[in-house]
Amino acid sequence: MTSPMLFEPNRPGSKDVAWCPGCGNFGIRNILRKVFAELNLTPQEVVIISGIGQAAKMPHYIKVNGYHTLHGRSIPIATAVKAANPKLTVIAEGGDGDMYAEGGNHFLHAIRRNPDITILIHDNQIYGLTKGQASPTTMLGMKTPTQPWGVFEEPFNPIALAIALDASFVARTFMGYFEESAEIIKKAIQHKGLAIVDIFHPCVSFNKINTYEWYHKHTYWMEDHDPYNREEAFKRAIETDPLPLGIFYIHEKPTFEEQVTAYKKDKTPLWQRKPKLGQIKEILEAKKGF
Amino acid sequence: MVEFKEDVSIVLGGAAGQGIQTVEEILTRVLKLSGYNVYANKEYMSRVRGGINTTEIRVSSKKVRAFIKRIDILIPFKRGVLPWLQNRLSENTVVLGERENVEEEFMEKITFVEVPFNKMAKDVGSPLYLNTIAAGIAVGLFHGDFEILKKYLMKRFGSKGEDVVSKNIEAAEKGYNLGVKLCEEKTIGIDVKKDERVKEEVLLSGTEAIALGAIAGGMNVLTFYPMSPSTGVAVFSAQHAEEFEIIVEQTEDEIAAINMALGAWFAGARGIVTTSGGGFALMSEALSLAGMAENPIVIHLAQRPGPATGLPTRTLQSDLNLVLYSGHGEFPRIVLAPGSIEEAFYLTATAFNLADKYQVPVIILTDQYFVDTYYNLPEFDLSELKLEKHIVETDENYKRYLLTEDGISPRGIPGYGKGVIIANGNEHDEWGDITEDEELSRLMQEKRAIKKLMTIRKNAMMPELIGSEDARYLVISWGSTYHVIKEALESLRRKDIAFLHFKWLYPLPDAVKELLEDKVLIDIEQNVTAQFAELLKKEFGVSVDHKILKYDGRPFSVEEILDALKGVLE
Ligand SMILES: Cc1ncc(C[n+]2csc(CCOP(=O)(O)OP(=O)(O)O)c2C)c(N)n1
Ligand code: SF4
Repeated sequence: MTSPMLFEPNRPGSKDVAWCPGCGNFGIRNILRKVFAELNLTPQEVVIISGIGQAAKMPHYIKVNGYHTLHGRSIPIATAVKAANPKLTVIAEGGDGDMYAEGGNHFLHAIRRNPDITILIHDNQIYGLTKGQASPTTMLGMKTPTQPWGVFEEPFNPIALAIALDASFVARTFMGYFEESAEIIKKAIQHKGLAIVDIFHPCVSFNKINTYEWYHKHTYWMEDHDPYNREEAFKRAIETDPLPLGIFYIHEKPTFEEQVTAYKKDKTPLWQRKPKLGQIKEILEAKKGF
Repeated sequence: MVEFKEDVSIVLGGAAGQGIQTVEEILTRVLKLSGYNVYANKEYMSRVRGGINTTEIRVSSKKVRAFIKRIDILIPFKRGVLPWLQNRLSENTVVLGERENVEEEFMEKITFVEVPFNKMAKDVGSPLYLNTIAAGIAVGLFHGDFEILKKYLMKRFGSKGEDVVSKNIEAAEKGYNLGVKLCEEKTIGIDVKKDERVKEEVLLSGTEAIALGAIAGGMNVLTFYPMSPSTGVAVFSAQHAEEFEIIVEQTEDEIAAINMALGAWFAGARGIVTTSGGGFALMSEALSLAGMAENPIVIHLAQRPGPATGLPTRTLQSDLNLVLYSGHGEFPRIVLAPGSIEEAFYLTATAFNLADKYQVPVIILTDQYFVDTYYNLPEFDLSELKLEKHIVETDENYKRYLLTEDGISPRGIPGYGKGVIIANGNEHDEWGDITEDEELSRLMQEKRAIKKLMTIRKNAMMPELIGSEDARYLVISWGSTYHVIKEALESLRRKDIAFLHFKWLYPLPDAVKELLEDKVLIDIEQNVTAQFAELLKKEFGVSVDHKILKYDGRPFSVEEILDALKGVLE
């Protein structure tokens, strides 16, 4: 095991953390450092691709490779990073708005594509960075400055959706349970295939309903749940109060990188390869005839 | 008798699904292998069945690479083809085919040679052989090599069994003999010389040249969402993905496509997207990310007329402004537009080195006319290609956005070296962390939008000047109109007119200005607003004197350019 301190950035920009004091994002960062250390990873072999939002600022507060991209776009980028260099441990990270609203389409298709990456959704059930608008997971009836009449759209259920699409690994946790969350995220990273972890975390600035206390009260850990049973997993996924936590569903299947033509014979990362000029010559030769 | 010398243009016309493409393929391949220079281009409607699609095939003693309006021999496979093509027909046009496919009003205006295709095909055994008969006639007219035609059919239909092969050969022979007979009877006279060297040349389309160029340039990942006319590049690459060990992925949308390509480059691989205007519009968000994060990317944009879905299967050069100005914020980019198939190959390969070196988006602009054109050309010299990777091994203090004199920071990638790479689409400090610092914000903007742009500009490619530097008139064009203009100028034979063709459109080197001075400038483009002339004005303050523009979705023909130039020259 390496040390969590290995993932402590010493860059000047990383000192000024933009998260609000008391925010759940801090907890998730600490969990990540612990998990990376426990998995014996080095900063050089981990990449966090994030979208936009408060959650998406993670790459700046931790020492691993990072790419802070655009709102909703971390998943396709992370997919390609893993495909270009399968030796890397790749994590896509963002908020619920980032992953389920702006990035919703990519979320759906990542499940179909099944790259061996981990998607961590900091689900605070609100938009943080843009100051408190409803997100796809905001609960019915919550009033916000932009939904003063109260949210009437049915909340998005990422867990049920992912299971419905037969995703490879689906879990939910609450960051307030440090050890358990670390265990789940560790398993997600170790899982071969797309791993989705929806992480509840309070937004102390804008979400006055889903507080630490609320999550403690309205969640429970699934005991004796068989994650290989899809029907059971689905039943659990549609429970609303209390909300189950734990690994809902695991379905092992071939990953994107295992199936693309690039690695059928050769496992070298793409950046180390040279164009096959000989084969181009052959094609040109064939183009002389028919 | 109608006689054709040196250069014959054959046009096939019929409904989508009628097999015109089969005839075209047989003809061009067999005639090329018989030693004739060939050129082909198609025009088609945005539908899967029916409508009218046509193909022009030029067969010539010398290299021909441009679209001409003139039709020497027309083979219509259905009624409606002649009205569709009426302004390209003349008394010298020989129409070969069924009487029922020629509308009454055209009988006077053309030379009609009745060929009972259907009956001939039925005699062989099925109306399906019609295409092979038609191809046979055309090959016969040129006294092409029948053995080659036979071999071609054996290869093409081999998998369908001996009977199909022998029936096709029989059909081809019937057609071939009739073609020869038409010459012997002096109904049609054809005098085109063969050239042994042509046999050794390759027959390649614009699409294939872009795809092969990308592969030669070290492309590892191609991502796309289908959109005509750009999809061919993905199709070709996918079909060869296994042998080149590359990734070709059809994504959920263009947004995912470009973001994946960005991810590939971030991890050190080389990615390309192939798209058209509508798809590129969706990519403009990520284009800005490429600009800010200094993430290399290569984009192939095959233009078609817009706005919106416009004319999906037709041609225009109207997305220049889109690629020049799309994306929010200020950042440099390189815009290229090959004029020939050779150029498409080398320039696409080079695009990857440029993207790698300058860490900017490199956009290759083609158009429907260009990607759907093919002709024979000498084999590429692969030894001319250089793979220039600009990836550095990082140390612990690595700074992704190091401020440098030329605006270019050494690019590290995850997993290579002791450093970590922090790339960022937000304004950042040298390490890549978010900053709102006044001074840094200014320096970073200058780094990207000024210093780097200057460095690229200094190393930009000059346009190709054909003719004398002292010529009074200077024709200016970019991209796919190259050969049409060249051929028009060749037939014009005037010493006082030169031609400046741009394949590197942006940023332009300063030295271009001198070439434009004291000249009567004639700008030729396929768009309504003369977008390139506007760019020249913006960059160098010069105004063109004449604009020759076409924007009906059809390519310029040599004749049109010639006529338009005659109207301008004194
Ligand atoms: C294309 C685009 N649209 C909108 C925004 C503005 N924006 C920034 S963050 C954000 C929502 C963030 O919410 P969430 O993803 O839940 O993250 P949080 O801040 O709560 O961690 C939005 C809408 C943007 N940056 N880009
Ligand atoms: S706005 Fe909310 S989610 Fe964002 S840092 Fe502050 S408390 Fe955390």
